[in-house]
Amino acid sequence: MKRYSNEHEWAILDGEVASIGLSAYAVDQLGDITFVELPEIGTTGSKDDSIAFIESVKAASDIYTPLSGEVVEVNEDLEDTPELLNEAAETTWIFKLKVSNASEFETLMDEASYKAYIETL
Amino acid sequence: MPYTPHTKDDVQKMCTQIGIKDETELFDSIPNELRAKSFDIPEGLSEFEVFENFKELSNQNDTSKVSFLGGGYYDHIIPTAVDALSGRSEFYTAYTPYQAEASQGTLQALYEYQTMICNLTGMEATNASMYDGGTALAEAALMAVRIGRGKRKKIIVDSGVNPIYIKILKTYLAYHDLEVIVLHVKSDGSDKETLLGMIDETVAGYAFQNPNFFGSIEDYSEIIEALHNVKALAIMSSYPIALGILKSAGEVDADIYCGDGQSLGMYLGFGGPSFGILACKEKYIRNLPGRIVGITDDREGKRAYVLTLQAREQHIRRDKATSNICSNQNLMALRATIFLSLLGKEGFEKLALQNYNKSEYLKKELSKVDGIKIYNQNPTFNEFVIELNISATEFIDKMEEKGFFAGLKLEKLFEGFENRVLVSTTEKRTKKQIDNFVTCVKEIV
Repeated sequence: MKRYSNEHEWAILDGEVASIGLSAYAVDQLGDITFVELPEIGTTGSKDDSIAFIESVKAASDIYTPLSGEVVEVNEDLEDTPELLNEAAETTWIFKLKVSNASEFETLMDEASYKAYIETL
Repeated sequence: MPYTPHTKDDVQKMCTQIGIKDETELFDSIPNELRAKSFDIPEGLSEFEVFENFKELSNQNDTSKVSFLGGGYYDHIIPTAVDALSGRSEFYTAYTPYQAEASQGTLQALYEYQTMICNLTGMEATNASMYDGGTALAEAALMAVRIGRGKRKKIIVDSGVNPIYIKILKTYLAYHDLEVIVLHVKSDGSDKETLLGMIDETVAGYAFQNPNFFGSIEDYSEIIEALHNVKALAIMSSYPIALGILKSAGEVDADIYCGDGQSLGMYLGFGGPSFGILACKEKYIRNLPGRIVGITDDREGKRAYVLTLQAREQHIRRDKATSNICSNQNLMALRATIFLSLLGKEGFEKLALQNYNKSEYLKKELSKVDGIKIYNQNPTFNEFVIELNISATEFIDKMEEKGFFAGLKLEKLFEGFENRVLVSTTEKRTKKQIDNFVTCVKEIV
């Protein structure tokens, strides 16, 4: 099951580990992605903390973690090929979190709610 | 004469057009109590009067003395071509180009500048220059903090770093939540034992200068290794001419290089204008502040120069920008590019060797003088500290009467240095001048 935050991150929870990515809508708004500053493994963050950074040809933006937890894995492919996000935003995870409060996942939007949400923007 | 082209009528028309009574209304958003009550600015002068005024000022310059002053700014030969080329109207503006890509010639020159600086420092990336050596050091420290992702809050500064740079660094960092630790001066060299005991995971970076402010050359490899073991960064500052014969920042595995570019073709003009050099390993390029010139192809496939990696800068990244510096010392960087082109790789090495050899000769001759001791225990590059049996003030004053600026009084900068003077030579000092200098010193001490 995939859920979305107001800041356009998506999360897929598998046991206690969540994969985090950016929505296709957000990536489309940013344009061609040129750089992703990945968090360090071991970084801990609370829900909505800025823990990564993304640059495109026209903007630079924070990536907020949609769930609280500790970073256990980062997608190193993005260091050299950030354009993977333009190709497949919805299936390219950026980092994985060991979540500290799984119930936060339930507070995120499901796909239908997120779709309705971006139509209001 | 007025230097603004608008008549009262023009101003009134503009005010009417935008719907205000007079131009003071433009400042209404500034609270009254914050506005300046008056400006202490004299009346305008005619062109003739301005010339006279500056002529009078320049007549106060004493150009008759032979200078042995150093300590960050050095009296080097500047080939005539530097003035001739940098003075060409296509280049001659102090201002960095906005709409930069419209100025391909300037961008190309800066691209060449960056290449030369990388070759000189052994670093992989650099920007189009900073303001001076002190601001470059401060920006290097802030880079180290950013690279440590803000979690490491300590910057250690070696006792041998130019004390003026340290003042600038402290001013720059004063309102950051950071700790700047400056090591105490114990000798002419670095206090390695104390330093090694301080290096841990709270340290963002350690800044050293080689040769240091006292002229001493040291091996920092043990320290750099200790820093890297805890993922802290090594920031190396230096006098760029010394790089002609000493190991570069890249060769000693420093992470960031910073320095002052005055010696690369800038005049000694009341401490300026100069420019700062800031360079780093490629992996840190996104943390490098300032303008960076890159190369690409235009839509017709022709080579084109651009400002690149601009997402670091404040017009895109806003409050998270790498720095609020979005300008550079364009004309000065251009002068350095011309200077370095004229010397070439071999010429630059010869220049460094001449500086070293002349200084060694002076040091040898002075060490034979009764009443003078050489303070440095380490090898030196083109300057060193002498210890006198009289006060530094008396020595400097008497030498001035004999036609010399004999050196820099260190008591102004360091406690307990009342009888120590920093003496420097460059390629400009002839053997005759050096011998005369030593003869006069003998008459005084």
